[in-house]
Amino acid sequence: MQVKVIGAGVTGLACALELAERGAAVEVLDRGAALGTSSCSWYAGGMLAPWCELETAEPLVAKLGGESLAWWQRRFSATALNGSLVVAHARDAADLVQFGRRTERFEWLDGEAIAALEPDLGGRFNKALYFREEGHLDPRAALAALAHRLDDLGVPIRFGVSAAAERLVAPAHGARARCVIDCTGLAARSVLKDLRGVKGEMLLLRLRDVSLSRPIRVLHPRLPLYIVPRADGLFMVGATMIESDEPTRITARSMLELLSAAYALHPAFGEAEIIEIGTGVRPAFPDNLPRIGWHGGALYVNGLYRHGFLLAPALARRAAQVVLEDRHFPEVMREDTRERHLV
Amino acid sequence: MLRVYDTELRSRLMLGTSRYPSPAVLAEAVKASRARVVTVSLRRESSGERAGQGFWSLVRDLGVRVLPNTAGCHSVKEAVTTAQMAREVFGTSWIKLEVIGEDDTLHPDVFGLVEAARILSGEGFEVFPYTTEDLVVADKLLVAGCRVLMPWGAPIGSGRGLNNVFGLKALRAHFPDVPLVIDAGIGVPSHAAQAMELGFDAVLINTAVAQAANPVRMAEAFAQAVEAGRAARKAGPMEPRDLAVPSTPVIGTAILR
Repeated sequence: MQVKVIGAGVTGLACALELAERGAAVEVLDRGAALGTSSCSWYAGGMLAPWCELETAEPLVAKLGGESLAWWQRRFSATALNGSLVVAHARDAADLVQFGRRTERFEWLDGEAIAALEPDLGGRFNKALYFREEGHLDPRAALAALAHRLDDLGVPIRFGVSAAAERLVAPAHGARARCVIDCTGLAARSVLKDLRGVKGEMLLLRLRDVSLSRPIRVLHPRLPLYIVPRADGLFMVGATMIESDEPTRITARSMLELLSAAYALHPAFGEAEIIEIGTGVRPAFPDNLPRIGWHGGALYVNGLYRHGFLLAPALARRAAQVVLEDRHFPEVMREDTRERHLV
Repeated sequence: MLRVYDTELRSRLMLGTSRYPSPAVLAEAVKASRARVVTVSLRRESSGERAGQGFWSLVRDLGVRVLPNTAGCHSVKEAVTTAQMAREVFGTSWIKLEVIGEDDTLHPDVFGLVEAARILSGEGFEVFPYTTEDLVVADKLLVAGCRVLMPWGAPIGSGRGLNNVFGLKALRAHFPDVPLVIDAGIGVPSHAAQAMELGFDAVLINTAVAQAANPVRMAEAFAQAVEAGRAARKAGPMEPRDLAVPSTPVIGTAILR
């Protein structure tokens, strides 16, 4: 079986790897000039937090996302599995209770227990939710690790290739010897008509005075704000959720909100260097759930929304079985005509 | 039937469209609520021409009347510009006018509100102003051209219900013929029922439905509460009394004390 995977974001690379590991002859094509430059994966938080996500996501996200922890640990050794922490400032205390009601697999921590896990947050919060089993990773390093593994398996990644041209030469569905998997995110909207964009904005800060070991979510009335520690004193602060199809620059308001979240978590962030300002557009279907489906001879894996690194492993695994074994997975392949107005 | 700006509305519940788990859940909630009007914020979703297009077309597909709003605007100029953009995007002259004066409580800036209402009414907009229960402000909004008022129950998103029942009753009594829609602060269906029992014409709910663990069931609950409250108002509620009055007459019972 020869498979062309279009799109070298986390979905495309995970699909390529699952296929290559199962012995398919895989080739990855991407419109960008280099790894990550054309993909919203580049701006991800990299949290592997299936149970936290239950706050707003459907149970399916937790179910599929639960598969990601072991998957990433096996393929990217720097995956951290030391949990995540959810805190709220005094005025939003009710939100912490509500967050706990909607999520699972956590324990309540008091101020001392918080300080034991994250010494730099000592004395700053009296209560937190601790999701012990969750993890996180550095998305850019993780993408590079996947590319490296693909290289080891003899899978080439060709950059600067237009997806539109590749779609045209896709073989008819059912031609078992060759296959195209489209993981192009919002760019697939010409085919997946009900795909929409949800813009996200993030910051990379550098600060040596504070050290955190795990992602910290700060409950906020409007945004799902979080701070994820990365190597070398870097912190990723994200992420806004704006119904918008355009990867326009960050707005002043978003910048203020992200920076005040970091500053309120620890005032030392006031002295942090702003290393990078990133914006990307997440692809989402109307129910914000991912889909795998055949259209015009190509298998589309799309709609991972804000859960790219969390859901890519489960979807890649399923996509590989769809292509190689003709399996069917109703939970991600259900044809819901009410929600999906496809050509 | 409720009449606002010469449009008859079959439902007295209006829904906001922000902060649902997904547009699909929003669509289900709107259906369950039987609402005929939804309000949409432009400001947060609009940094360019095509921005927000995906979400807006989903809102248009709901098949209900769209009442765009100027949420997040802090000045007259911002609110007026946002209203003009909303008219282009949604092809409606309806605008829910919000001019925010204070960030922690999202308290309306009533001075800016009256000024923006005057400008927009002059430009042919049909303005639904988000205001307080203040009688003088209400009067000035009507003079500015508004024919509907949207007083708050409590600060936006606070879920505290009707904070100032006395003031809201006074507002209702002063303007018996103006459609009054409670716009903010409703947390649970009983708050909505109370607003309807007090004689308000409709309620607008966003957070209480969107942030419920099950927004669709909560939308249905609100639909029932609004209908119950409205029916109670029309049925003529009893006046509360200080002492008990037996509902069964005592005279004629076997043993008299």
